[in-house]
Amino acid sequence: MKFIKFLILGIVFGIVMAKSEAISWFRIQEMFRFQAFHMYGIIGTAVTLGVIGVALIKKFKIRDFHGNPISFYPKEKSVIRYLLGGIIFGLGWALSGACPGPMVVNIGYGFLTMTIVFLFALVGTYLYGLIKDKLPH
Amino acid sequence: MRELITQTWSWWFSGAMIAGIMFFLLYFGQSFGFSSNLRTICAAAGAGKKTKFFDFKWKTQVWNLVFLVGAIIGGFIAKQFMSTDLPVQISADTISDLAKLGIAAPASLQPAELFSLDAMLSVKGFLILAMGGLMVGFGSRYAGGCTSGHAISGLSDLQVPSLIAVMGFFIGGLAMTFFILPLIF
Repeated sequence: MKFIKFLILGIVFGIVMAKSEAISWFRIQEMFRFQAFHMYGIIGTAVTLGVIGVALIKKFKIRDFHGNPISFYPKEKSVIRYLLGGIIFGLGWALSGACPGPMVVNIGYGFLTMTIVFLFALVGTYLYGLIKDKLPH
Repeated sequence: MRELITQTWSWWFSGAMIAGIMFFLLYFGQSFGFSSNLRTICAAAGAGKKTKFFDFKWKTQVWNLVFLVGAIIGGFIAKQFMSTDLPVQISADTISDLAKLGIAAPASLQPAELFSLDAMLSVKGFLILAMGGLMVGFGSRYAGGCTSGHAISGLSDLQVPSLIAVMGFFIGGLAMTFFILPLIF
């Protein structure tokens, strides 16, 4: 039962992703071609509210429902891993039109061929784990 | 009234809902980052026996797998009960750009040229799906996050690494859109 809240949040996430059309390859193409505001509006609104909310959480030291402080961990400082990893991710995002969340939402929506994309995303993650130590970070 | 649900949801409402999901996850003691699930699934499948990167307490991440299952159900609900099956209303400029690549104007949410069964069963079509997924999976872990982990959670916390990652997302995305897609199609 302790997981039901995450199931509900996941369902809401899936519905929002589908109904905002953020799961559509067409919308991602429109975004990368700078031909509509829609995707920028979605991400921009989320980040704007996110910045305000996170600042408030820190200022008022808001606690989670367990009573623990909500803490944010700075990501390790580096440029190369974020830039290179980000570029590889971006190449895949523009090709398949889906980042990991939208992949599974698409499967639920009925675009079953997206299962191939998701399976190969697992393969990609596994490959990274295999050669991680040989990559610049 | 029903139209409010079946039409395309506005960017401001959708963006606010995503921020809300992130805050609920924080309130429940977790954080919003979807691609971690890929690593968790590899670990749950036993990849940790041979590869150190997958040798971690993946059971602490079950909440995120439950979130993933929810996302699949959410997609199903959206399609079955909340959609009109109208084609996605992208801009006329995008339609004409894609036509030059041989991709028809939207007839649904996704182009048949990429996601139909026929496309998947062709060598080229299969390679497109496979390579797209492979790069997303590899890149998200190399960069330490995807759109949710970096663009939403990381930028909300004003983290410089996330800003670099998002710049990378766009460099890769623009290169694919303007240089590689014309070679593929």
